Amino acid sequence: MKSTLLAGVLFAVATATSAFAQPIKLADVAELSGGGATVGTNWKNGIDLAIEEINAKGGVLGRKLEVSHADSQSNPGVARAQVQKALDAEPYVLLGPGYSGSVKVTAPLAAEAGIAQIMGGEAAELTQAGNKFLFRTSFGQQSSMPKVARYINGEMKAKTVAVVWVNNDFGRGGRDVVSKELERLGTKVVADLSTEAGQADFAADVGKIKAANPDAVFVYLNEEESARILKELKRQGVTAPLMGETTLIGQKVIELAGDAANGARGHVGLTTDAPVDLIKAFREKFSKKYNYVPDHNGLKGYLAIYMVKATTEKMGKVDPKKFADTLHGLTIKASEEPGILMDVTVSDTGDLDRQSFLVEVVEGKQVVKQVLPKLN
Amino acid sequence: MSTLFDLLVAGLATGAIYALVAVGFTLLWQTSQTINFAQGEFVMLPAFLMLAAMHVGAPFWLAIIIGILLSMILLGLAFKMLLVDPMLRHGVLPLAIATMALAIGIKEAVKQFFSAEASPFPSIVPTGDIRILGHAVALQSVGVLVVAILAVVGLTMLLTRTSLGHQMQAAAQNPTVARIIGVPVERMILLTFLINAFLVALASMLITPIYLAKFSSGEVLGQAAFIAAIVGGFNQVRGAIAGGLLIGVLDNLAAAYVSTQYRAAVPMIFLIVVILFRPQGLLGRAEERTV
Repeated sequence: MKSTLLAGVLFAVATATSAFAQPIKLADVAELSGGGATVGTNWKNGIDLAIEEINAKGGVLGRKLEVSHADSQSNPGVARAQVQKALDAEPYVLLGPGYSGSVKVTAPLAAEAGIAQIMGGEAAELTQAGNKFLFRTSFGQQSSMPKVARYINGEMKAKTVAVVWVNNDFGRGGRDVVSKELERLGTKVVADLSTEAGQADFAADVGKIKAANPDAVFVYLNEEESARILKELKRQGVTAPLMGETTLIGQKVIELAGDAANGARGHVGLTTDAPVDLIKAFREKFSKKYNYVPDHNGLKGYLAIYMVKATTEKMGKVDPKKFADTLHGLTIKASEEPGILMDVTVSDTGDLDRQSFLVEVVEGKQVVKQVLPKLN
Repeated sequence: MSTLFDLLVAGLATGAIYALVAVGFTLLWQTSQTINFAQGEFVMLPAFLMLAAMHVGAPFWLAIIIGILLSMILLGLAFKMLLVDPMLRHGVLPLAIATMALAIGIKEAVKQFFSAEASPFPSIVPTGDIRILGHAVALQSVGVLVVAILAVVGLTMLLTRTSLGHQMQAAAQNPTVARIIGVPVERMILLTFLINAFLVALASMLITPIYLAKFSSGEVLGQAAFIAAIVGGFNQVRGAIAGGLLIGVLDNLAAAYVSTQYRAAVPMIFLIVVILFRPQGLLGRAEERTV
C-alpha cells in the first residue's frame, strides 16, 4: 500500500514537472530580409526582448515562452509558405507578418487553422473581412482617422480642409474614413485631391490647394511623395497648417523634405519618443540590448507578446482555441500589466483603441506635442 | 485666374527642363540617327554623381562641376564610343533596343550602388517668392526657367552664330558633302554627344531638388521629353524647345483641370493628334535635317 502511494506521488510530481517544463510555443513570420528588413528586425527584437523579460519572471502561468522566427523575405508568397509551415507545427499563437500585403495572404491560413494571428499590418481592410482570428498591434485607419479628424476640427479649428491622398488601397481607405469624420464634425472638405503613387510633380495639386484656400491641409501619401508635396507646398507659399499621419512626419520624410517639413503635424500611434514612462523604459532596455533605438515596429513586437501573456492569464489556461475569443473585447491596463505600456482595448474585429500622440516637426526633429486619449 | 497663372509658371518651369532633355534627343537623332531611350536615365544619373562627389566632401558648387564633367565623359564620350558606334552599323533599331537595355542597366546600377530609396538634393535657387505681374511666383520656378532659357539661348547661338555651329549643321544636313568640304564630321558628332550630356546634367541639377534623387525618376522625364521632341519636330532644335514648354504646360493644366489619373494620357493624346495632322511636328520640316 505504502509503495503504491509513493509511486502515485512520484507519478503526479513527474507529470506536474513535465507540464511545467513544457514551453508555450509561438511562431513568428517576419520581414527579416528584403525591403522590409528594418520592419521585421525591429519586430523580432521586440518579441525576443519581451519573451526574455517574461521568462526571467517565471513565464506565463508557470510555463516559459518559446518562439521560432521565420523569414518572409518581405515577399507575400514566401510569407504564405512560411506561415503554412509554422502552422503545421501547431503554435499557440502566430506572430506577424508586418507588411499588410503579407498579412492579407496569410490571414486565411491562420483562420482556417483556428490559430490567433497578432500582426503588424495597418491597412484598414485587414480587419474588415470578418476574420475572427486576426489582431493588430497598432492602429488601423478606422482608429487613427477619427482622431485625426477630431484634431483638425477641434485643435486646428479648421472649418475647411483640403484632403490630398494617394490613389491606392491605403490612401483611399484613409481618405474615406477621414472625410466622413470631418464632414460629421462640421469641417468641410473643400478640395479632395487624388494623386498617384510615385508621382513626382505636385505643382498642379498644390495649385488647386491654393485656389481652395482651406484652413488646413490633410496629407495622406507615401513617404517620398509626402516629401515632394511638402517641398512644393513651401515652394508655392502655402501657409495653411499641415496635418497627416506617420507617413507625413516620419524621419525619412524629414530627411528628404528638409526645411519644408518644419511645422507639419501628424498623428502617430506608437513612437519611442512618447512621453510615457513605460515606453521610455522600454526604449532604454531595447537600446541597451540591441545597441540602437527601436522604431514603432520594435514596440509592436514587444506589445504582441504582452497581449499573449495578458490574454492567457485572463483565460487561466493555455488554450489556443479559446485565445481569440478571450482577446476580443479585452481591456489590458498598464497598471496591471506594465508590459502593455499603455492601456489598450481590443475590439471585436481585432482593432485597437488606446491613446496616441500628436507630433510636430520642429527644426527637423519630431516633437510630441500632445497625447490624444483613447476614443472609448 | 491666380491658379491659371501659377499653373502656367509651374508648367513653363517643368517644360523648360523637358525642353533641355528634348533638345538632346533631337541633337543625337540629327547627327547620328540615335534614338536614345535611356535619355531619362541620363537625367537621373548626374544627380547621383553630384551626390557622390558631395559624399566624399566636395562642396555643392564643386560637386556640380564634377557631376557635369563626369556626365560628359560617361554619357557623352563613353556612350558614343562603347555603345552607339558599335551598334549603329547594325541599324537604328538595334541601337534603339541597346539604349533601352542601357536604361535598365543604369537604373539597376544606381539602385545597387546608391539606394532604392529617394535621397534629398540641394537646390541652386533659394526658396521664397518674387512678385511678377502682381502674382507671387516661386523663386525656384523662376530660377529653373532662367537657367534653362540661358542654356537654350547659348546653344542656339553656338549653332547659328559660330563656325563650329555651322560645321555641326553641315555634318547633320549632309555628312558626305560636309566631309568633302573639310568638316571633321566625326568630331562634330562627338560634340553633339557631349552637348547632350551637358544638357542632361543641367536638367538633372534643376529637376532633382523637386523630384528627389531616385533611380526611377528618369522614367517620367524620358517619356515626357520624347513626346516633346516629337510634338515639336524631331528634326528641329527649336521644335524640341517649343514641344518641351508645351508639354510642361499641358501636363500641369491636365492635372488641374482634367484629373491626376489621366494627366499622363493628355500629352499622349496630343502627340497622336499632332502625328495625324502634322507628322513632322509643330515646328518640324518634312525631309530636312538640321540642328
